Amino acid sequence: MSLLLSSPLATVFGFLRPFLAQATEDSFWMPVGAASGAQGVDRLFYLIFWISVVFFVLIVGLMSFFAVRYRRRRADERAPDSASHNTALEITWTIVPVIIVVVIFVLGFRGFLDMVNPPSDAYEVLVTGQKWKWFFTYPNGYVDEDLHVPLDRPVRLVMTSEDVIHSLYVPAFRLKKDVVPGRYAKAWFRATAAGEYELFCAEYCGTSHSDMIARVIVEPQAEFDAWLEASSNFLETLSPAEAGERLYSVRGCKQCHRVDGQDDIGPTFKGLFGRERVLQEGGTVTADENYLRESILDPQARVVAGYDPVMPTYQGRLSDREITALIEFLKTLAD
Amino acid sequence: MAAATDAAAPAAENYLNCSHGWRSWLFTLDHKRIGVMYLVSILAAFLLGGVLALLIRTELIAPGRTIMGADDYNKVFTLHGAIMIFLFIIPGIPAALGNFVLPLQLGAKDVALPRLNLASYHLYLVGALVCVASILLGAVDTGWTFYTPYSTTASGSVAMITLGVFILGFSSVFTGLNFIVTVHKMRPAGMGWFDMPLLLWSLYATAIIQVLATPILGITVLLLFLERVMGVGIFDPALGGDPVLFQHFFWFYSHPAVYIMILPAMGVISELISVFSRKHIFGYRAIAYSSVAIAVFSFLVWGHHMFTSGQSPLMNVIFSALTFSVSIPSAVKVFNWLATMYKGSIRFDTPMVYAMMFLFLFGIGGLTGLFLGALSTDIHLHDTYFVVAHFHYVMMGGTVIAFLGGLHYWWPKMFGRMYSEKWGRFAAIIIGVGFNVTFFTQFVLGSQGMPRRYYDYVDRFRDYHLISTLGSYLMGVGFVIVAVYLLHSLYRGRPAPRNPWGGASLEWETDTPPIHHNFERTPAVHDPYDFSGLTWDAEIRGYVRRGGEVTTR
Repeated sequence: MSLLLSSPLATVFGFLRPFLAQATEDSFWMPVGAASGAQGVDRLFYLIFWISVVFFVLIVGLMSFFAVRYRRRRADERAPDSASHNTALEITWTIVPVIIVVVIFVLGFRGFLDMVNPPSDAYEVLVTGQKWKWFFTYPNGYVDEDLHVPLDRPVRLVMTSEDVIHSLYVPAFRLKKDVVPGRYAKAWFRATAAGEYELFCAEYCGTSHSDMIARVIVEPQAEFDAWLEASSNFLETLSPAEAGERLYSVRGCKQCHRVDGQDDIGPTFKGLFGRERVLQEGGTVTADENYLRESILDPQARVVAGYDPVMPTYQGRLSDREITALIEFLKTLAD
Repeated sequence: MAAATDAAAPAAENYLNCSHGWRSWLFTLDHKRIGVMYLVSILAAFLLGGVLALLIRTELIAPGRTIMGADDYNKVFTLHGAIMIFLFIIPGIPAALGNFVLPLQLGAKDVALPRLNLASYHLYLVGALVCVASILLGAVDTGWTFYTPYSTTASGSVAMITLGVFILGFSSVFTGLNFIVTVHKMRPAGMGWFDMPLLLWSLYATAIIQVLATPILGITVLLLFLERVMGVGIFDPALGGDPVLFQHFFWFYSHPAVYIMILPAMGVISELISVFSRKHIFGYRAIAYSSVAIAVFSFLVWGHHMFTSGQSPLMNVIFSALTFSVSIPSAVKVFNWLATMYKGSIRFDTPMVYAMMFLFLFGIGGLTGLFLGALSTDIHLHDTYFVVAHFHYVMMGGTVIAFLGGLHYWWPKMFGRMYSEKWGRFAAIIIGVGFNVTFFTQFVLGSQGMPRRYYDYVDRFRDYHLISTLGSYLMGVGFVIVAVYLLHSLYRGRPAPRNPWGGASLEWETDTPPIHHNFERTPAVHDPYDFSGLTWDAEIRGYVRRGGEVTTR
């Protein structure tokens, strides 16, 4: 099929080149394109755009011309007799759109095939969506809140959700894929320009859906490697409390627990450690190391009164050392 | 049928004043009164949905919190969608205008099954009340699409609003069933299938979709109900279900439902363009067949809502190809309407202003569908404001504008009064300008990457949102003007002549407003697009049939 289509399409694109924006820079319609697939998507976008402009001008132009030319000047004026159908004309205006949409379909299809088949040497990052935060797990087990990727290397995302459906969307890469709980969704791209890009959640997921934004940071392989190395060692290089603070912001605690004394979806962490807490099912508990550890690993076991039991478990997602670091961080927030 | 009766004020006794008291309305079997009750109900829903739309736009006028918190915003956009879709636009043209016009265009006394018609309205009322009650008990924030597993885990009265939707579904099925039977059985002698006004073809095609697709919605919300209330695992992966299955079920109804919304609008436009061009509709058969083709294809394209959902790539390819097939009959209709205007004798009364605006807006709405049908571009545009703009151009720029055109066209027949033509055209233009400012901006927002259903947004989208919101206010002003002059016309409007526009279909042959039984005697059937027998009468400011009586075919 590609042989069959490549030469006429090349001609079409050649003809349209002056009208087509370069994917690597901003245009009126499209944001900066920074991945291998962006150029193809933008080309098709602008091809359809110009086809639409031609048809729209044709429709509205004819309508306006007829409206002026054939306006009724007196109320009793009649239209002269004219044909009420014309088979040849009607077949023409059926066939021409058919040909156009077939071309558009085939181009969209070919672009899509490139999107679904990643090269075999792709670098793999695991993605987890959770209300309302993204987690990116690198091959060495390090988890970050932003997606760092090496420049000019295929990256394969293997994605799942902890709760409801999310959708990973990077406009600059023209990349979108729903992240569905209970299965793995896959997507790939090859970033072609170093820089920082937005990553949105595109499938509605509740209260803070519009805050479920991460950054994509594209940097040359050497810089990427250095970053990963330095970041992965934070438990070694930082004090437990500092490491805990980092985990607090990177691993999703921040989404529901504030540190400024204001309660949110969960209780604030400020002044929490060591305090007496009233429980949902009655009784009280002191928020000491053991209670905090239990609340991280089995959040529904003893819920504090006044809060919904909505926290997901971190069983298997945080190591003992990380949990200890988090508790140390909470201690620094005690009154 | 003497012309003299045309000059008089509304006929002494008509369907509006032949009986009195609220019971004579709420339990009437008269299709005209049921149509009017539907009209009042859907306009109330439209008002509610419109106020919610303005709340959405006001919240988005600037980044960050403006007038409400995130949870309230999520409820507001959910209710805006659910109310506009289920309470306004689906019953809009068929149940309100269609109910009034369909039997009249057949020269019949009523629909074939008047009691079913009333039951349909009663179910609509109950369903609407259940939906409104659910808002008061705890508004849902799931989006009108109720995607699982969000909807099975979210707070709010999801079970209740889906029950309301379930009931509304039956109302829609009843109307559809009734119209199918009526068109089959009540056509007068001499009116074959290809002698019907094209509105009837489109209402018939719509009715087929209503009857065949709506039960799927019923079953889907029932399954959702079972899962939510009884914990049966169907869609929620935590219970062993499949969340994407819900999307298949949902769109298997909701995509055909898009054509429940747009097909009757196309029927209205076929009437308006022909009558106001005073010329036989061009390509009658092509338009009629294309309505049926759209109804058939509409069942085969639901997967195009799910290109990013994780359904298999092969299915994506098949659905993309099938999706493009729907564009052809729609394009054919547009070309036929244009060809109808060619060499016509065109007058620009308010209904025609809306019809031409429909061509403009539906042109944009249809063409932007090409971006979304093509796989690679849809991946980028899916779930962004580009989609929001696209379906507003089709649903509002298409259906609502056609509904307004139809409302202005049949208003004199329904209520026996003329509205202010000057204000009518003025408001139409205000609405058109406001609409384009609001929604064209959103195409750019979407292709630039702004996801839909966002309470807040990054700074680079700020200007577009501001412009869009200002446009929505202008549109709001336009609708207020429409409401004011239409209500004013009921009390102060010039008495309407029998046939103010020169329509040749049978509803213009009866009194204005029609008598309770529609026609004094069965009217003679003639070509609904042959305007040669109609003459302008300056005295009554309407059209009359030359020589009083028409020749039978």
